[in-house]
Amino acid sequence: MNPNTSLSYLDQSADVKARFDRINQRETILEVRNLGKRFRSQQGEVEALRGINFSVRRREFVCVIGPSGCGKSTLIRILAGLESHTSGDVLLDGKPVKGPGQDRGMVFQGYSLFPWLTVKKNVMFGPQMNGRSHDEAERDARLWLDLVGLDKFADAYPHQLSGGMRQRVAIARALVNQPRILLMDEPFGALDAQTRAKMQSHLIDIWKNIDVTVLFITHDLDEAIYLADRILVLKAHPGEVQEVIEVPVPRPRTPAQFNSPEFRATKARLEELIHPAPEPESEDEQAVQPHLIRFTNVMDNVE
Amino acid sequence: MSLIAKLTDSETRKRALLGIGSFLLPLLVWSLVSYVPFIWHPKVEVTVPGGVDYFQVGMLVDRVQFEDEVAYAREQHLALPAGKPANPIYLPAPHEVAKAFYTGFTKPPVQKDAPWLHESLWHSIQIIFWGFLISSLIGVPLGILAGTYTTFARLSEPFIEYFRYLPAPAFGALAVAILGIYDGPKIAIIVIGTLFQQVLIIANTTRKLEATIIEAARTLGARGVKLLTKVVVPGILPDLYRDQRILLGWAWTYLIVAELIGTSSGITFYITQQARYQHFDNVYAAIMIIGIIGFGTDLILGGLGRRLFPWDRAQDRR
Repeated sequence: MNPNTSLSYLDQSADVKARFDRINQRETILEVRNLGKRFRSQQGEVEALRGINFSVRRREFVCVIGPSGCGKSTLIRILAGLESHTSGDVLLDGKPVKGPGQDRGMVFQGYSLFPWLTVKKNVMFGPQMNGRSHDEAERDARLWLDLVGLDKFADAYPHQLSGGMRQRVAIARALVNQPRILLMDEPFGALDAQTRAKMQSHLIDIWKNIDVTVLFITHDLDEAIYLADRILVLKAHPGEVQEVIEVPVPRPRTPAQFNSPEFRATKARLEELIHPAPEPESEDEQAVQPHLIRFTNVMDNVE
Repeated sequence: MSLIAKLTDSETRKRALLGIGSFLLPLLVWSLVSYVPFIWHPKVEVTVPGGVDYFQVGMLVDRVQFEDEVAYAREQHLALPAGKPANPIYLPAPHEVAKAFYTGFTKPPVQKDAPWLHESLWHSIQIIFWGFLISSLIGVPLGILAGTYTTFARLSEPFIEYFRYLPAPAFGALAVAILGIYDGPKIAIIVIGTLFQQVLIIANTTRKLEATIIEAARTLGARGVKLLTKVVVPGILPDLYRDQRILLGWAWTYLIVAELIGTSSGITFYITQQARYQHFDNVYAAIMIIGIIGFGTDLILGGLGRRLFPWDRAQDRR
């Protein structure tokens, strides 16, 4: 069959191993210790996250992946300070996180740009909130817009931009604050396949050139393998870390690697973790029985 | 590009035509009822009294009564009365109202000391202006606060919900007792009628602001008062503006009641006064001018809104 089936996702080439050694020598930016989150809902108390432990090194690219309901969005919102946690610690540079702050930039899935501000003023928002003067903020905004390739659209309003362009603005707006870590919550989830691929390579380019650490949430396995150094795999009910995978695909990454043995081995492992044996269908699900009647001429066949 | 321009151009023209048509249609119905003698016309205007002793030229009689008198006159061999079909006095024809409209501004009123139409109107506009301004100065900030902070909403909204069911005119006597008989109580009625709805509507509008926008602002370092002034307020501004336009219309509906409180004044006084003397053409002219001013203000504010909020997408959908 496949000559590469013997290759395990755990096997790393010498280059990749050396790269991980270098990563592990860097200082820890983000440390999550025994993090738990419970909340009350109409169905009673829900445990969204339990005993999450991981750490992210400086300039590392970490993806978080998991089935729906695994609490990956809750996790990133806790890291951003938008939600509270019920147990454990979140440490950024060794200091506990309290509420949102400019040391953690966030890019949301939905278009979170301020519709009443032009592209440039959107990017200027962060610096101005943090006490920079108008001129300084404008200079920074121009710089970052140039970096994401949108300097020509500085005076456009967000509604005049395409989905991909809006997310570029959102990235520039988060990075202009020079955060220690960039949190991205399925940022390309709403984009079409082509734009999405373009944004992925663009994000890698940004990450390569800027001193920023990325924590990226996705439900797209290919996206996670293509982007990440390490992938944090969560499982649902309650959300727990199932495995932390060191991606054996060498860098620099190209779309051509999607068919490489390392890529396929990693993807096979992720599929195994995320889509285990199918769960039995619920009763409601079984009750759905389509009853198809022929509405067309019997001679009028399409297959 | 030019094709799109042409398409939108014909689209706007069609829209404008339909808009004019929506006004011409009721006017057509009114004209038909007024000028076509066999449509409605339940009365007869006497042109020749004939042998009927109580008939006078120009008198309006019910058609049945007129026919009875004609039959009676014929029986008694008296001179036959004559008349033409007419509408009741309370339905003047369009041209009569148009004339009243014109004379309302150009000729002094028939009654001595009665206010001119435009004087009455100007007085009413001032009442509306102050009532709406005072209501907005209180209602808009309260609404935004209630929409932003749950605690504040829970503290204020139940009482406001209760209070808005109390009919504003019911406070008329109280307002007169406190504020005198002139403009004070009238402005107060408009404030009471508008304010409570205003708080609730604006609080709702504020709550509809997308949560992601506020969260994004927080991750960028906005907090406290700055979050309110730099994110919440600009975020809801186009909708707030739309709410205010609707509420201004609301204020106009309270005007008529308000002006009956204390000493009658303004356009309401003009209308009741003219109705008392059966100058129904003047009454219609006055009622229509309220509509023209209200609708005109709204059109102007709508156009202004498009200039003020170029990013607002909801306007394109209208």
